[in-house]
Amino acid sequence: MSEATMVPDISRTVQKWRKKRGSLIMALHEIQNAYGYVPRNVSLQLAQLMDVPLARIYEVITFYNYFRLEPPGKNVVSVCMGTACYLKGAKERENEFCEQLGVEEGETTEDGQVHLQSVRCVGCCGLSPVVVVNGETMGKIGPEDVKSIIRKCREEH
Amino acid sequence: MSTCGIAAGAEPVYRALADAVRDRELNIEVRKTGCVGMCSMEPLVEINVDGAPRTMYGEVGVDAALRLLDEHVGRKHVVPGFQVPGVDQLGFYEEPGHDPKAKQHRIVLRNCGIIDPTHIEDYIARGGYQGIKRALAELGPEGVIDEIKKSGLRGRGGAGYPAWMKWSFARKAEGDEKFMICNADEGDPGAYMDRSVLEGDPHAVIEGMLLAGYAIGATTGFMYVRAEYPLAIDRIENAIRQARRLGLVGKNILGSDFNYDLEVRLGAGAFVCGEETALMASIEGKRGTPWPRPPYPAEKGLWGKPSNINNVETLANVAPIIRNGGAWFAKIGTKKSSGTKVFAVTGKARHSGLVEIPMGTSLREIVMDVCGGVPPGRRVKAVQTGGPSGGVIPEDKLDTPVTYESLQELGSIMGSGGMIVMDDTDGMLDIARFYMGFCVEESCGKCAPCRIGGKQMMNILDKIADGNGTPDDIILLKRLARSMRKASLCGLGQTAPNPVLSTLRYFMNEYEEKLLQPV
Repeated sequence: MSEATMVPDISRTVQKWRKKRGSLIMALHEIQNAYGYVPRNVSLQLAQLMDVPLARIYEVITFYNYFRLEPPGKNVVSVCMGTACYLKGAKERENEFCEQLGVEEGETTEDGQVHLQSVRCVGCCGLSPVVVVNGETMGKIGPEDVKSIIRKCREEH
Repeated sequence: MSTCGIAAGAEPVYRALADAVRDRELNIEVRKTGCVGMCSMEPLVEINVDGAPRTMYGEVGVDAALRLLDEHVGRKHVVPGFQVPGVDQLGFYEEPGHDPKAKQHRIVLRNCGIIDPTHIEDYIARGGYQGIKRALAELGPEGVIDEIKKSGLRGRGGAGYPAWMKWSFARKAEGDEKFMICNADEGDPGAYMDRSVLEGDPHAVIEGMLLAGYAIGATTGFMYVRAEYPLAIDRIENAIRQARRLGLVGKNILGSDFNYDLEVRLGAGAFVCGEETALMASIEGKRGTPWPRPPYPAEKGLWGKPSNINNVETLANVAPIIRNGGAWFAKIGTKKSSGTKVFAVTGKARHSGLVEIPMGTSLREIVMDVCGGVPPGRRVKAVQTGGPSGGVIPEDKLDTPVTYESLQELGSIMGSGGMIVMDDTDGMLDIARFYMGFCVEESCGKCAPCRIGGKQMMNILDKIADGNGTPDDIILLKRLARSMRKASLCGLGQTAPNPVLSTLRYFMNEYEEKLLQPV
């Protein structure tokens, strides 16, 4: 992402939220949606433009699970660890992902293709166990689905 | 077309049906609705055409959908094999009052699975916005609070505090500006009632926000929604835009002098933000750490102004109460727990999904009759309610009626409505560790009892699970639990020991088996 494309985006975001009360988290959401994470130079700009100390921005980013400080892999595989999914084998599915991808939970594969993470309940308990692949929720994931999800991730990108 | 339906593949089914209907120039409407409640049988297609029986089909793929079009619509007969088994017996999908045998009674879910949630006209056609109309024309703010008082509605977010009392405190509080907040930060693992209501009937929540805001004298309402629910966010934002266009949100609502705006704020993945003071800190754009009460939000809430927070399900009950009167609502359920409760029944239940039952229905009726028990060959061992703040209820206590008090007596809570069915293969020590691990990770760290106590309890549970525990560890667990309960700052820490305590209470034998010397 070049600096040139970054500046106009964030100024729009700042303009939208600057005057509204308690809008820092909303601005961070927009930034993460645009970049996939919150880059440090964008935080610096945000601090300046919104007149908020950088430390306050980092205080917020590091508190909430949703915000990332590092770019994610090209594909993000999120294994739901809600109670229903857990009871129906989410932990086993996660272990299979770890094994086949050669990463731990929260890590990205060496080639940067797949980021594996576990998430709190995505509220799709009726279809447990659930895996979210690049924003698409997939239900009733069996052991055989793990391989095909990984293959799909690698083929498409 | 809710998150579960789409996850199961509803989108291509919808497209195939819509395309086929257009290509064949059939005079039928293909509509998208919200969650019907039978999540484990998605994608669901209901066919309601003249001359053929109204039928719901489950697990419908593209090919099956086209076959339904040929046979059910074309030749007017029910296609065997696809029909959702025993819908009537399950009590799923019954409209209130229609069938005395039906176990479900839909008030909160009255429109879910019936209307197209993206069309405000659909909501209005089912009596929507009549509540706010009546409030503005007839009742006035005090009259609204009075109806809610008569109804006996209690908070559905967990604690069960009478809604009218909270509203009344906020109304009486002095302030130049007041806020109404909707808690849609459903972080409780295994619960998704709020998501389904937001996705399936967003205007019901907006009307509840209007009525509550009007009653307390608020000028702004905030909808605080989990960022993990993108479809719910979309639907609620769309619904607010529609309501604003029709003059239901904004200045001089329905020609009255009531001015009230609605804004959406997103959560960012912190369970503690479901706690009201932490939630307000988060809306203010800060870390979501709770502050000690008093002062209560009614006095000093968001930005120090009088505020009131209700959760999604509570708010979805409000408009029907104002429309039909508090007395109507009070007749449903039990004396002290009136109305209905929506549960997300999941885990090992055969038919997992959303059910709405009158309060006072027994747990056994919900698990066995409405949701079909557990798969053949297995036995129900326990039901967990209330998520990380609740506890397990063993099979022999399932005849207990569901009320706020009865569940508390069993060492659990109503909570927001997650109900997880466990069978004989589920180990209770494992469940206790699962929930304690959740609380350790989600502790905001502000107060020591929760931050340190949780971690220490976790260490002991791990030690026992590894086979290195001694009877003294059980005593220590109980002492830590007591301290956390008494000394933690907010509800998260105070209730975090509940899953451990309830498994100790009912399944001590499973702990004993792991101890070095028996107790």
